[in-house]
Formats: sequence, structure tokens, C-alpha cells
Amino acid sequence: MHEFEYVAPRSLADAVAVLSRLNGQAKPLAGGTDLIDQMRMGRYQPGTVVDLKKIPELVRLELSSAGLRLGAAVPCRVINEHPAIASDYSALKDSTHIIGGIQIQNRASVGGNLCNSGPAADSSPSLIALGAVCVVTGPKGTRDVPVEQFCTGPGKNVLQPGELLVELKFPSPAANSGSAYERFIPRYEMDIAVVGVGASVTLDAAGETIISARIGLGAVGPTPIDATSAAALLVGKSATRETLELAAEAARGLATPIDDMRGTVEFRKHATGVLVRRVLETAIQRAKGLA
Amino acid sequence: MAKKQVVSATINGNATEFLCEPRQTLLEALRDNLDLTGTKEGCSNGNCGACTVLLDGHPVVSCLVLAMEAEGAEVTTIEGIAPSEGLDPIQQAFLENAALQCGICTPGFIVATKALLDTNPSPTENEVRFALANNLCRCTGYDKIVRAVLDAAERRKASV
Ligand SMILES: Cc1cc2nc3c(=O)[nH]c(=O)nc-3n(C[C@H](O)[C@H](O)[C@H](O)COP(=O)(O)OP(=O)(O)OC[C@H]3O[C@@H](n4cnc5c(N)ncnc54)[C@H](O)[C@@H]3O)c2cc1C
Ligand code: FES
Ligand code: FES
Repeated sequence: MHEFEYVAPRSLADAVAVLSRLNGQAKPLAGGTDLIDQMRMGRYQPGTVVDLKKIPELVRLELSSAGLRLGAAVPCRVINEHPAIASDYSALKDSTHIIGGIQIQNRASVGGNLCNSGPAADSSPSLIALGAVCVVTGPKGTRDVPVEQFCTGPGKNVLQPGELLVELKFPSPAANSGSAYERFIPRYEMDIAVVGVGASVTLDAAGETIISARIGLGAVGPTPIDATSAAALLVGKSATRETLELAAEAARGLATPIDDMRGTVEFRKHATGVLVRRVLETAIQRAKGLA
Repeated sequence: MAKKQVVSATINGNATEFLCEPRQTLLEALRDNLDLTGTKEGCSNGNCGACTVLLDGHPVVSCLVLAMEAEGAEVTTIEGIAPSEGLDPIQQAFLENAALQCGICTPGFIVATKALLDTNPSPTENEVRFALANNLCRCTGYDKIVRAVLDAAERRKASV
């Protein structure tokens, strides 16, 4: 690897100070599972690497009546082993359980997954489905960015030089709600999503009518897609297969994938529809407490 | 050359101080600076698992960890698995089940297996395969490795 300095600030203020002083010449390090490889390949050559894992706000996982606050550098294993996340934020558990293998999950963070801003990142559709908000801090202060507005292109996002992602805030789950994430890959694990879908659904007290829904799509556009118009078709309808097919069809229309070695445009669009239906079915089962 | 830095860590139970460059990975520091060459380099990009070590008890790929990140941490490498006499039951099970041919993947598999069995002493075959998905072997076809891990679980239970 190229030569660089390593610093591990112990406070958010110190991290922002060093990142803004170096003005774009420094790169934050969370789990390093993207960054270290990218530095080895010469894609990034930051003069300084700023390890975020000693900053309390970045490694905190806090559940309260207000919802979930997930520090940007918390590794996937800590997330997917948390019982309350499995029950209340199932899509997040699903995502963090399939990123890499165990060795990767012990390091890789959801914040790093999002900040790397790959179109196929496995956590992004779940973050959209769960209505996450990104807390971004920089030299000019702190701002909230809805997660669906965070990525702006492959490898690109709204972070300005000197800014970093501190945490993700999730609303507490509504009664009778459930969520799920699934991806299509040609093998069981250790691969990049050909299509990834996250969804959350809230049912009425009888468990029959859909009150609200969110759907996030991955790997079928330059950024993760918030399929709001597809999810809107579900509202007020009974949770039947016909209803879910409506949303699946609409989501197929929102997908703008590319052809590559992992799948053609045609296949990716088709798989988007299939996965949207399946993931909605799982989310509904979970909303009913059946899965 | 960027200034070398001192890192203090507990490596295989021993308080250790070593010098490294910030750009060195933990894998490079273990092999090149500390002569702990049991940890192998395969892909150097996180996919093969040959470089697996335990960092504070959890398996990680040391090619994707900076040596500087080990400051204050506990690191266990394959050299720290065997007792002072003989072999660990996991190693014995790998030997007797012929779970290796060329052997370059073996240290990584054994370290990953140790982490698995420490948290889940009686894994199912599926759980074993899932836990070892980040370790590649180009020789054995995996079946003997999976059998060795299941056998190791039995041996560990028998020895307590
Ligand atoms: C073998 C292997 C398998 C993988 N499998 C998958 C998979 O199945 N699915 C998947 O989606 N990904 C996968 N990945 C990619 C990677 O593991 C994930 O993207 C991971 O979540 C990145 O998180 P990290 O903490 O390691 O990020 P890092 O590598 O530390 O950082 C990633 C990028 O984000 C920046 N960054 C990190 N944190 C912040 C922050 N708080 N604020 C601002 N910028 C920040 C860094 O500067 C860097 O540019 C895999 C990688 C490997 C090596
Ligand atoms: S050498 Fe580290 S995973 Fe292959
Ligand atoms: S024994 Fe040769 S790679 Fe596994």
C-alpha cells in the first residue's frame, strides 16, 4: 500500500477537526473491508486514514422508545446478534447477516456500506425500507439526511469534505409491522447482489389491510432506489397475492439496471418483481408475528 | 518512509510491542515483523480467509486490518491455538480426517473453527458451512473439512 498516516481520534470533535483540516486528503476508516482493499488497489491514496472506532457516538447501538440509534461504525455481527434488532428491525438483521462471511461481519459496518455507496450494497434497501435518517456532522455543524437521498451515484454521496456519517436513526416500529431483505445471488453466500430488495409493511389491527409500506431496491440502478410509488399501491388494500403483484409490477418498472456478467437488464427486472413479492410476503408474515 | 510506530498488543497471550508502518496490514506485521508466519496470505482482499486471526476473540481477515488497529487488542494466531504439548483437538481432527492437502488454507480454517466452537460447541453441518463460508480451499472439496469440524466438536466435548 502507499504511505499514509494513521490517526484514531477519541472524540467526534477531534475527528471533524482532522478531517476538515486535511480537506479531502483524509479518509475515514470503519471496518476497512472496502477501504483497505481500495487503497491496496490504488483507487484511493489518502494521506491520512482516520480510524472512527474509538469515537463513542460511532460505536454505540441504542434502543429506546424513540427508536434505534445505530453508530455508523458498529460491525454487522453486533447488529445481527442483537435480539431486539432481529424482532423489531428484521430487514437490518437480514442484511447484516449476509454481508460477506463471519470474518467480514466482524469488521464491516452499515455506515461503511452506505458511505462506500455501491449500488448493490446489501444494507441500503433495508435502510430505505426502515425509514432510516443519516446524521451527518462536519465543520459547519450537524444535519439529517433521509437515507434515500444519501447516495448520488455509484461510489458517490452527499458527504462534503470534512463531513462524516455519525449514526443512523430509525423510528420505533409501528404495531403490527414487519420487514425483510432478500437478495438474488447465484450461490448461497459470499457474492454481490444481482438484485436486492428490502421492504417494511404495517398492517391494521386485524392483520388484513396494509396501512403503510416502504420498498427499497438495490443493484438495479446507479443508486439504491426508494420505490415509493410501488409501495403506495399497497396502502389501504388487503394483503393478498394480487395486491403484492401490483407493487411487484410497479417496482419492475422503476428498476433501471445495467447488463453485466452477473445479470442482464431483462433478468434483473424480472428478478426485481419476484423478490419484491417474496420480501413483502415475508414482511407481512413477520407483521402478523408468524415468521 | 512514514515514521514507524509502536503498537502494544497481546499476541497469543503475550504482551508484545512491535514497530510497524501505518500502511502495513496486520497480516504483514505478523508475518514480516513478528515472524509469525503460520498466518497465510492468499488473496489479500478478504475473500479467501487464509489470513484469519482472532481479534479480541472474533475471527477477522488480517489482510483487511491495519497493524495499527491492533493497539491494545488481543490477537490470536494459529501459533496460539496449540497447547504447549501436543495439538489442539481441532488440529488433531483435521489431521485424522485428512482435512488438508497443500495446507495453505488450514491455519485460517482452524482459527475460524476455534471461534465457531467457542461460541457454538455443537454446530449442525449447515452452521459449520455457514461459519466457514469466508474460508476457501482449492484442494479438499470442503467435505473433509466439514467432517473434521464436526469431529472436533465431539472431541472437545469428550475432553471436558
Ligand atoms: C470478502 C468480502 C465480502 C463482501 N461481501 C459483501 C456483501 O455481501 N454485501 C455488501 O453489501 N458488501 C460486501 N462487501 C463490501 C464491504 O464489506 C461492505 O461494503 C462493508 O459494509 C463496508 O463497511 P466497512 O465498515 O468495512 O467500511 P470501510 O471500508 O471502513 O469504509 C468504506 C468507505 O466508507 C467511508 N466511510 C466509512 N465510514 C464512514 C463514516 N462514518 N463517515 C464517512 N465515511 C465513512 C470510508 O472512507 C470508505 O470510503 C464485502 C467485502 C469483502 C472484502
Ligand atoms: S489473504 Fe486475507 S482473506 Fe485472503
Ligand atoms: S488444502 Fe490446499 S487450499 Fe485447502
